[in-house]
Amino acid sequence: MKAAGFRFLRARCVAEALALKAEHGEDARFIAGGQSLVPALNLRLLEPRALIDIAGLPELTGIRVERGRLVIGALTRHAALTGDPLVAAHAPLLLEALPYVAHAAIRNRGTFGGSIALADPAAEWPACCLALDATMVLTGPHAEGERRVPATEFFRGLYATALGPDDLLLRVEIPCQPAGTRNAALELARRHGDFAIVGVAATASDRELKDARIAFFGVADRPMRFAEVERALAVEGVSAAAEALARQVDPPADLYHSAATKRHLAGVLLRRAVDRLRGAA
Amino acid sequence: MNRILREAADTPAIGAAVPRPNGRRLLEGRGRYVDDIALPRMAHVAFLRSPHAHARILAIRAETARGMPGVLDVVTGQDLAETVQPFAGLLVHFKGMKSAQQRCIAVDRAAWQGEPVAAVVAETRRQAEDAAARIEVEYEPLPAVGSLAAAAEPGGMIAQPELGDNVCFTREVEGGDWDRAMAQADLVVERSFRFPRHTGVCPEGRSVIGDWNPADRRLTVHISHQAPHMIQDCYARLLGLSESDVRVVCPDVGGSYGIKTHVYGDELATCALSMRIGRPVKFVADRLESFLSDIHNRDHAVTAKLAVKRDGTILALGYEGTQAIGPYSVYPRTSVVEGNQIANICGQWYRLQGYRAKVRALFTNLAPYSNYRAVGHPVAVGVTEGLVDAAARQIGMDPAEIRRRNLLRDEDFPLQTPSGMKFEGMSHHRCLDTVLRMMDYDSLRADQAEARRRGVYRGIGLASMIEITNPSAMFYGVGGARISAQDGCTVRLEPQGGIMVLHGCGEQGQGTETIFAQVVADAVGVPMGRVRLVTGDTDATPYGGGTWASRGAGVGGEAAWQAGRALRKSILDLAATIHQRDAAQLDIRGGIVVDAATGEQVTDLAEVGRVAYFRPDTLGGVRPELSVTRHYLPTQYAFAFTNGILACHLEVDPDTGFMKLLKFWAVEDCGKVLNPLLVEEQMRGAIVQGIGPTLLEECLYDERGQMLNGSMVDYLVPMAAEMPDMEVAHIETPTRESAIGAKGAGEAGTAGAPAAIMNALNDALSPFGAELTEMPFTPERILRALGKS
Repeated sequence: MKAAGFRFLRARCVAEALALKAEHGEDARFIAGGQSLVPALNLRLLEPRALIDIAGLPELTGIRVERGRLVIGALTRHAALTGDPLVAAHAPLLLEALPYVAHAAIRNRGTFGGSIALADPAAEWPACCLALDATMVLTGPHAEGERRVPATEFFRGLYATALGPDDLLLRVEIPCQPAGTRNAALELARRHGDFAIVGVAATASDRELKDARIAFFGVADRPMRFAEVERALAVEGVSAAAEALARQVDPPADLYHSAATKRHLAGVLLRRAVDRLRGAA
Repeated sequence: MNRILREAADTPAIGAAVPRPNGRRLLEGRGRYVDDIALPRMAHVAFLRSPHAHARILAIRAETARGMPGVLDVVTGQDLAETVQPFAGLLVHFKGMKSAQQRCIAVDRAAWQGEPVAAVVAETRRQAEDAAARIEVEYEPLPAVGSLAAAAEPGGMIAQPELGDNVCFTREVEGGDWDRAMAQADLVVERSFRFPRHTGVCPEGRSVIGDWNPADRRLTVHISHQAPHMIQDCYARLLGLSESDVRVVCPDVGGSYGIKTHVYGDELATCALSMRIGRPVKFVADRLESFLSDIHNRDHAVTAKLAVKRDGTILALGYEGTQAIGPYSVYPRTSVVEGNQIANICGQWYRLQGYRAKVRALFTNLAPYSNYRAVGHPVAVGVTEGLVDAAARQIGMDPAEIRRRNLLRDEDFPLQTPSGMKFEGMSHHRCLDTVLRMMDYDSLRADQAEARRRGVYRGIGLASMIEITNPSAMFYGVGGARISAQDGCTVRLEPQGGIMVLHGCGEQGQGTETIFAQVVADAVGVPMGRVRLVTGDTDATPYGGGTWASRGAGVGGEAAWQAGRALRKSILDLAATIHQRDAAQLDIRGGIVVDAATGEQVTDLAEVGRVAYFRPDTLGGVRPELSVTRHYLPTQYAFAFTNGILACHLEVDPDTGFMKLLKFWAVEDCGKVLNPLLVEEQMRGAIVQGIGPTLLEECLYDERGQMLNGSMVDYLVPMAAEMPDMEVAHIETPTRESAIGAKGAGEAGTAGAPAAIMNALNDALSPFGAELTEMPFTPERILRALGKS
C-alpha cells in the first residue's frame, strides 16, 4: 500500500510550526521521528493532507540540567540517551529502560517526545515519566506561552494525552534524582524490541522502599501507578503489595494474552522489581 | 544470471563449502527483483478485496473510480469472466476430492476476506489505490466458516454451499497388522495435538508484471515464482493462449518457501489486465494483502496413539487428523498434499508392526491453503515424536534409549513401510549417536538435574525424522497435474573456453545456482569461475519443474551433472581429433585438456572453442556438438527420503511461561553433500521456520473469518535476537539412483524443529506434571498448563 498524497511542510521554529498547523487545521499532522506516523500513513490508517516537519525545531532539542531538573527536549532521539552523562547522573531509570525501547534502527530515528506524545499504553517512556514524577511542557496556538502538565495528568487514556490537536510537546522535565536512588525497569515481550506485554518502571530512595514509585505499563489504557500497591509495599511488604496489585489491576487482553495472564505477569514483575530495588545499589 | 567466482583449479568443487557467489550481488543491493523492473508505459494495478469472509456481491459501482486521476481501467470479476478461465486444484490420484471453481476476481460471491473483488489499473500504484478506495461494493454478508472447528461441526455452516458439505478430501491408510500389534501392547499412549494456521512471510511479497505485446501477440510474465514452466502452462491455458505465446521470466526471488508455487488470482488477473489495455501492468502484494491472500498452511487438529510394550518396543501408530483449508483447493497443486503426506510418512521411521491413518481436509472461508516448506512433515514428525516421548515418560525410559530400540536400522533397508513408502537407505542410528555425542547428552542431563535443584527448569528434546525429497512423477504427474517432475540442463562451451549453463531450476535464495556451477565445473573439469548460469526464463532454459519439494540439488543437480559429462566427452572427442590422440587417454583438469596418464597439457578449452567455432573446416568432416542437454527424472523411487535428527535445549521460566531456546543440534543425512555450507544454511533457516509456528506464528481469525493479525506487528515471526546457536553435522547415505547421489536438504529443519521444541518443553515441565501439545507454545499456554493463568 502507498501512503495517500500529502504536502510536506518544514517548520523552522515553534512559532512557524504552530502557524502552519493553524493554517491547515485538522488536515495536517506534525511529524518528528515518524516511527509510528509513517507506518500509519503507509497503511492509510491516516490520510493527512499535510505533514508539518518539526524535526528541525531548535527549541525542542538537547539534554540539560536546569534548577534541579533534567530537561530532555522532545526531539531527543532515543539513541541519544545512550551514555548521556546527565541522564546517567540524574535519571538512570531511563537508561535501565532504554534497551527495551524497540530496535536500534527505530531508536536512531524515533524521538523521546514522540513516544510520550503518542502515549502507547505499552511504551516505556510514559511509564518512566510517571515513576520519575516528570512534567511535560507543552505549547499550542491558544495557550498563553507554555503549559506545564505533570505526568499524572498528562496521560489520559488510550493514545490520549493533555496535548490538544494543535499542541506541541516541547520538553520533559524530570526532578534530578539524589545519588543512591534505586531503580528498576523490567518488561516482558515475546521478542526483543516488541511493545511490552507488561512492564514496570520503579524508583525508590533507598532499600526500605517506603517511598517507592512503581509505574506499570501494558496493564491499562495508560501507564499506571497504584497507590494501594505502593502503600502495601511500604507498610506490609511485597506479598501484600502483590495482593493489592491483583485486586487493583484490570488489564485489557491483547491478541495473545488474557487479562488473567497479564495480571499474573504484572505480579511477577512487581516481585522482580522489588527484588531489584532492594538489591545492591 | 551469475558468474561464479571461484578459481581453485584442481580441487573438486563438489563437496566443498563454497560460499554463494550471488550473495554479494544481493547484499550490495544490486539484485533485480520484479519490483525493480520498470518497463516503458508500465501501469500499476491495485485490488479491492472483500472485507467479508463470505458475502454475496450485489452491486459494484465504479463510476467515480473510473474518473479518478491516472485511472486506465477498472474491472470486476464479471469483466474478466469471458477471457480468464476459472480454476481449481483437483488431481485424480487424490480420489474423491472436490472443489468449487475459483475466479481470478470474485464473481457474484466472495469466499474469503481478502479475495479480489475489483481491480483498478492506473499510472501509479497510489492512483490505483486512491481509486480503489472509491469503488462502492454492496455486499450481503453470508454465514462464514471461520475455523477448523466450525468446518467440522455436523450440520454447521458450509463454506461453499454448492458443494453440499465442507469435505474436500479424505483418505485412510492401513498397513502392517494393526490388530495383532495392538494385542501385544502393554500400554497405548494417546494425545491430541494442535498445529496452528500460519503462512510463509516471504521477504519479497508476491510480485508480477504482465507484459502483453499486441504486435507479436505474446505475453511476457515477469514473476516472483519457483516454477516458471508451470506458470507458462497454467497461464496459457487460463488466458486462452498457446504455450509458445507465453514467456515466463523469474528474476531474483526474495524467498519463496512454497508460497510461490501456486497460481494466484490477482497475479493472473494482472496479466489479463495487460492484455486488456495493451500495456505492461505491475502488481506487488503489500504485506497486508500477503497475509490475506498468500497461501496458509498446517491448521491441523490431530488425535493419535502409540502402542508400546513395557520394554519400550513400539508396536503401532494410529493417526487421525483434520486440516482446515481455504474455500477452494488451490490450483494446480491442490490444498490436500499436507494431509496426504502426513498419511504417507507419519511414524514410518520406526519399526512399526501396525499403522493406521485417517486424514481429512475441510473447506473454510479462511485464506487459501496449500503447500509451504516441509509440507505435512512438522505435523507427522510432531505427532510421532511427541507420542514417542510421552510413551518414554510413561514407562520411565530415556528418550534416547526408546529411539535406539525402535528406529529403523541400517540393515532394514531397502524396505517398504506400512504406509506403502519405499525407503532406499537411511542412517537413523548413526544420526542418533552423532547428535548425542555433539550435545554431550549425559552432561546435559546432569546439568538439568543440578539446575532443577536451583529452581531452574531446562529441557532436552530429540526429534528423529524423515523428509520427502526428489519427488518423481508420482507426486503430481500421476494425478494429471502438468507439473514437471523431470528437469533439464543445457551446458555449452563458449568460444573463449567458458561454460554456459541453462537450467530449468531457479534460485530463490537457497543457493541452487551455486550447486549447479559446482556440479558442472566438476563434470566438465573446469574451475567454477568459468561457469555462468541462466535460470528462470522459459524462452531460454530446458523444460523443467523448477525449485520446490527439495528437488533442486537432487534432480536438477543430476541433470547438470549428466549434461556436463556429455559436454566433457564432446570436448575430449574434439581435442582428440585436433591433436590426433585417443580421447580415452585425455582428461580435462582445471580447464586444460591433458594427457590423463602424464598430466601433460595437450590443449586448452579456448583453443578447442576457437577451432570448433571458427575453423571447423579443418576438422575433416567431424561435426562437434558443444551444446548438450540432458534431462533427469527419478524413476526407481517415488521419493528420495532423507533422514536426520534434531535436538533442542531450552529453559522455561515457570513464573512467566517464557521460554529461552538455548541451543539446537541437527544431524542431517541428505545423501551426498554437494556443499556443506549451503546444506547448513538450509538447515539453520529451516529450523528458524520451524521455530516460528512452534512458539510465535499463528494466523488468528475471529469466528466470522476476519483475520486479526495481518501485520508484522501482530503476526510474530522469529527474530535473530531470540534464535539459538545451531550446530549441524552430516552423515552421507547417497542415493544410488543418480550419479551425484544427492537427496534434498531444504526442509528437514522445519520438519523436525517443532517436535524437538515440544519434547524439550515437556521435558522441562515434567517436574510439574505439565504437558503441552497445542502450538504455538505461548507464555499463556505454558502458564495455563502450570495452573497459573
